Amino acid sequence: MKTNDVILQTTTKVVFFIIFLFSIHIFFAGHYTPGGGFVGGLLTTGALLLLLLAFDLKTVRKALPFNFLIVVALGLLIALLTSAWPMLFNEPFLTHAFGDYDLPFLGESSLHTATLFDLGVYLVVVGAGMTMIQTIGGDT
Amino acid sequence: MNMTNLLLFPILIPFLFAILLLFFKESVLMQRILVMTGLFFSTVSALYLVFVVKEDGIQTVTLGSWPAPFGITMVSDMLSALLVTTTLIITFFVVLYSFYAIDEGREKNFYYPAILFMITGINGAFTTGDIFNMFVFFEVFLMASYVLSVLGGEKKQLRESIKYMLVNVVSSAVFVITVAYLYSIVGTLNMADISVRIQEVNQPGIISVIAILFLIVFGIKGAIFPLYFWLPSSYAAPPIPVLTLFGALLTKVGVYAITRTYTLFFLQDISFTHMWLMGLSLLTVVVGIIGALAYFDVKQIIIYNIIIAVGVILFGVSLMDGTAMEGSIYYLIHDMLIKAALFLLIGILIYVTGTSNLREMGGLMKQYPALGWTYLIAAFGLAGIPPLSGFIGKFLIVKGAFQAGHWIGAIAILLSSLAVLLSVIRIFIYAFWGEPKPTPERSKTRYNRMMIPAVLLVTLTVLYGVGTEALVPYMSDAADVLLDPSAYVNAVLKE
Repeated sequence: MKTNDVILQTTTKVVFFIIFLFSIHIFFAGHYTPGGGFVGGLLTTGALLLLLLAFDLKTVRKALPFNFLIVVALGLLIALLTSAWPMLFNEPFLTHAFGDYDLPFLGESSLHTATLFDLGVYLVVVGAGMTMIQTIGGDT
Repeated sequence: MNMTNLLLFPILIPFLFAILLLFFKESVLMQRILVMTGLFFSTVSALYLVFVVKEDGIQTVTLGSWPAPFGITMVSDMLSALLVTTTLIITFFVVLYSFYAIDEGREKNFYYPAILFMITGINGAFTTGDIFNMFVFFEVFLMASYVLSVLGGEKKQLRESIKYMLVNVVSSAVFVITVAYLYSIVGTLNMADISVRIQEVNQPGIISVIAILFLIVFGIKGAIFPLYFWLPSSYAAPPIPVLTLFGALLTKVGVYAITRTYTLFFLQDISFTHMWLMGLSLLTVVVGIIGALAYFDVKQIIIYNIIIAVGVILFGVSLMDGTAMEGSIYYLIHDMLIKAALFLLIGILIYVTGTSNLREMGGLMKQYPALGWTYLIAAFGLAGIPPLSGFIGKFLIVKGAFQAGHWIGAIAILLSSLAVLLSVIRIFIYAFWGEPKPTPERSKTRYNRMMIPAVLLVTLTVLYGVGTEALVPYMSDAADVLLDPSAYVNAVLKE
């Protein structure tokens, strides 16, 4: 039986980007307010899951031709390297650096190396979430 | 050279290489090269760490540059440095063995990364100085061990993995609850700080409850009586190299955790808590012996020997006596090495005969003399025949028990050695003596290559036994820290 999912597909095309952008917002909000890599990653996975529901595994795989396992590995590598970075300066593992900079366009902003670590977390969450969904969903 | 983070290297190098391995899923050659490189460098760093701890005393680093009781502190005293080193050495040989004992399907599906992630967790659990962080590292190696346990997807593996996971999920839940209880009383998670504050709170009742809860949690993991029920069947399901890693390393993390908490935290009411530990460890020895003598399956015989060893080590710890504590540490490291060697040899035995049932083996001595003699040496080492490695540990434990006046325990441990000897010699008699039974045709090169890591490990245990004298300073350093918590506390909370 072919279901009619025009409404779902059309909405998804818009809503996907809203959720995705919101997840990015949450990701950057994470340092001082609730949010961060983990929640941001979950939201992104949620957006991708919506795509999977509205379309199908094959279409999504074509649109996003990543091997999500590699995304997990990349995320872990980023997290490990950013936390191991201070070891080069004989500082304890996971020590982070931060400072306030005047950036063009963005104005006064504070930059933290912890954000880079969070990027690793974000990638691991997205990668792991998508691998699970694809494995379970594709196993028919 | 001043290296603040040295004690993290044996944890981080396996982690880094595990991540790198994820990028090369399809290339078996690349996997093998990377896993060996990673283990080699981690072993070197661990040996150097032992050297540094010997020279400069306990090493600590508090992650993220936070001050000590607030951040997560990693602490490497002699005991943890020795355990980390032993873990890496064993893994090195087991991985070498895996090249010939594991099928390509597993090698291409994250077998090696799972091993390295597991080592990350185990070494982390040995090194951490934060009780909640210990829970986290427990989870890390448990996750990886679930992967190893289920990898391959044989029916037996799936059935046993479910059991294994359920038991561990429950014990992890109890672990967190126990940590929460402890935190609600002392208000800190840093183990050195907990040690100080437990002496201050002066509520022996509730602390004893927590001590018993910890004993239950780590007892499930370390397989003490009556919580060992899940172990024999779950360990027997996965292939031999995985069984070797589980048998040699995983239960020892539980043993280490009991040792650490019972020497650092729970010193208020020793006559209650340590009596429980002593009673249970002696019962553990007894049930282990019953199992080891009852089975005709070679895997089960050695698996029950793990349980006996856990009992012996914890008995030594429960005495809280210098001699016995040193003996326990000797025996702990001996047992990790010898169990790994025995499991590898049993694996070869199963490979050449095609069965794990003793009744279907026989007369292998003519065809495989090297295997026979190596096995015999390992078996004598396990039973503790001098000058092999098991002797000194048991000798010191028994001596400590007599000094402390625990005659029954001491005699039980002595008698257990006889039972251990009987159980492993039974394998020798059935498999190597008697009428040859028909064996399947096996590749001689593969047999030889599987022998190399096994023989090397047995050689190592022999050296460990013969070179006991040289190890005395290391062992007594390790025992001193356990018996004198203030050394540990001062190292962590110094500034």
